[in-house]
Amino acid sequence: MRKALLVLFSLWLTEFARAEGLVVSLSSQHVDINSTYTGAQLALFGVVLRDSRSATRADHYDVLVTVKGPSGLVTVRRKERFGPVWLNREQQKFSDVPSVLSLIATRPIPEMAAPEFIEKFGMQIESHVLPKTVPASDGFGAALIRLKQEANLFTIRESGVSFLAPDVFRATLDVPAIGPLGIYNVDVSLYAGGVRIAQADTFFTVGKAGFEQFIAREARDHGVLYGMATAAMALAFGWLASVIFRRD
Amino acid sequence: MDLYLPIAEMPINALTVLAVSAAVGFISGLFGIGGGFMMTPLLIFMGVPPAIAVATGSAQIAASSTTGTIAYWRRQAVDVRLGLILLSAGMVGTLIGVWAFGALRRMGQLDLVIVVSYVTLLLSVGTLMFFESVRSLIAQQQGQAIAGNGRVKRPWYFALPLRMRFPQSHLYTSVLPLMVLAMIIGIIGAVLGIGGGFLMVPALIYLFRVPTSVVVGTSLFQILFTMLAATILHAANNQAVDILLALILILGGVFGAQFGARAARNVRGEWFRLLLASLILAIGLRFSLDILVAPAEPYSLGTQEGRR
Repeated sequence: MRKALLVLFSLWLTEFARAEGLVVSLSSQHVDINSTYTGAQLALFGVVLRDSRSATRADHYDVLVTVKGPSGLVTVRRKERFGPVWLNREQQKFSDVPSVLSLIATRPIPEMAAPEFIEKFGMQIESHVLPKTVPASDGFGAALIRLKQEANLFTIRESGVSFLAPDVFRATLDVPAIGPLGIYNVDVSLYAGGVRIAQADTFFTVGKAGFEQFIAREARDHGVLYGMATAAMALAFGWLASVIFRRD
Repeated sequence: MDLYLPIAEMPINALTVLAVSAAVGFISGLFGIGGGFMMTPLLIFMGVPPAIAVATGSAQIAASSTTGTIAYWRRQAVDVRLGLILLSAGMVGTLIGVWAFGALRRMGQLDLVIVVSYVTLLLSVGTLMFFESVRSLIAQQQGQAIAGNGRVKRPWYFALPLRMRFPQSHLYTSVLPLMVLAMIIGIIGAVLGIGGGFLMVPALIYLFRVPTSVVVGTSLFQILFTMLAATILHAANNQAVDILLALILILGGVFGAQFGARAARNVRGEWFRLLLASLILAIGLRFSLDILVAPAEPYSLGTQEGRR
């Protein structure tokens, strides 16, 4: 009964919340990888749109920015003892895992909403990574998240969004240097009183530029020529060294 | 100085890699080996994906064996005829190896195969060399002739068909066992990203009694062409050669090797082999720790198969 009431209440809130809108913009929609690339930072600005119908709220706004890199299949392997040696024996595959995932919030996420909403609105890493059938306590699933976190590919920043004015906020998005190329989707959600009241999407792309792009394209499109160029370089330097160091 | 590698798709500290490749180059010049069996694991340790480390390493080995081959060629210490026979079979092995490399990578077993093969190879070759060099050192101290030197009995595989004379190596043997040997080393080399010098040199000495004076030059000659082919094949087949990483490795490697080669003149033969054996054993033991000791983190992630 209490649960039903809560659902009704939240539905009513969502209805009611239509009055608020959200506009977001990124400082750049392209991250160019050049020879000195060591990751990038993008600034995200957002404005909460209110009109005459918007209610005055007792609660502060909360913002949660979710950045998701290109997703794909990941195999998690577990080493087990096999005779005297430790080998990768069991493995489990997870499909549709984001390569990069970062949650950037105004304050610690558990303070922003009740546990059931955190799950429902995907305010935690698990909901973006593991299928609903896999509990977070699952060994392979937990390892996947732990290892991604250790590699700094999955991150949570609890005070990464700051309000510049009551309805203007700003966040810094970090693109990790080893993050893959492709499209990164950015989801910005506005919360108040523990429920989501507005949502907006944007994206940016990470791609090679200049020399890096040229090399990668040659390697892909003209593999044989590219290999021969590398081989020729090896020969040239090998010969050069023997000339420089020649003593007669 | 961080440099972004276009194929490995990661930034790497160029100076660190340069220093490491120069150190490996020094050791490889010192012992007349390609050094691939040290460079590849070090690159993997630095975070370079194993496939890229193996494929790119072959370019570096090609460069250092160019320098080596030129040096031995000037001293007329290359048995071209023997080298060409080894090369032809080695090429076949390389082709099979590059193909197997791609297949294993798709099956997700590449890393395991690389580690297990390294342990097996390094430990067995290292142990053999170690005991051999200790034996000859002891024999020398006691003032005896090294046992087995005057043995006349020819191994059975010398008598197989397709016999050929190799005057420079004082060798008259069937080419079949030579070709089988070169092919196996070619496969191993392409899969592990090593030239195979540390396998070829002892094999030619112990199995075929090729004089030590021509063994290293001939092996380098063969490795040079095998690795040039491996570089091109890895680039064409697996798109795994990073030209920028190759450049840094080559620069460090070729110059380090020159200094190593100078230092080598001050080391005596038996001690030299004992040192090399200890080095190979140490790397083998280090690798075996990886699979013998219970891991702190039993889980590992495979490379993400992305939809770009």
